[in-house]
Amino acid sequence: MSNDTPALNKPQQRPEPALLPPVDVVEDATGITLYADLPGVPKDRLQLNVEGDTLTIEGALGLNVPEGMQPAQAEIGLGRYRRVFTLSKELDADKVSAEFANGVLRLRIPKAEHAQPRRVEVQIQ
Amino acid sequence: MYRSQFSRDLFADFDRLQREMTQALDQFNPTIRGAGRGGFPALNVGHTPQTVEIYAFAPGVDPKSLDVQVDRGVLTIAGERRLQLPESGSKTTVHIDERYSGTFRRVLSLPDDADPAGVTAQYRDGVLHITVRRRESAQPRRITIQ
Repeated sequence: MSNDTPALNKPQQRPEPALLPPVDVVEDATGITLYADLPGVPKDRLQLNVEGDTLTIEGALGLNVPEGMQPAQAEIGLGRYRRVFTLSKELDADKVSAEFANGVLRLRIPKAEHAQPRRVEVQIQ
Repeated sequence: MYRSQFSRDLFADFDRLQREMTQALDQFNPTIRGAGRGGFPALNVGHTPQTVEIYAFAPGVDPKSLDVQVDRGVLTIAGERRLQLPESGSKTTVHIDERYSGTFRRVLSLPDDADPAGVTAQYRDGVLHITVRRRESAQPRRITIQ
């Protein structure tokens, strides 16, 4: 089950190249919790956006680099992270809550009230 | 004849292709410890005339669990990252599981002029930033002509 939407679905504006941050997505009875690794992103350079059913996580690096530094090895070769997910109908996009500490983002997306599990009685005749 | 004796292994070919791609994309020559790509934490390294700057991208790590050592010109970064993912079977489903979990250790060779007594490290926004001072003698000096 992949929720990724490639960034190609907006041909009119080509987004800046960005790294794909690793995520964990866990679902329980009342909602979905998403964890994303965004090391090096200060709080004020993290952007979360829900538009329709599209969730966009974007962050820019803010490293403390001394002036005149010559790079010698770069495994994080771009200054930006981006990842886009398509939310499903039963999730309540208005009630998304987020915490961000030590480069880890934790997003909680609750399920809409009417979509929460109900026990269905099975009648045996 | 040769082909039948040494049949081509498709996966070996992919491996070779990947290695060649990595080398082509990497503008820096790998050291004896290899390019070390894909390890955790990812490392960025840079030099200034006075210092060597190392950035280890280790989000969500308890700074107390981090161990940074310099021994004979080799820098070692070790630690453990514990993730709080629920156990399966507790009415939860893990849909995507990509983040690194467990102990880690990365080793990096420092330039000859690195001063093991002049190492500072700080952890901010999930990045461990290590600064290693270089010895004075190695710093460029302007020589006045008399």
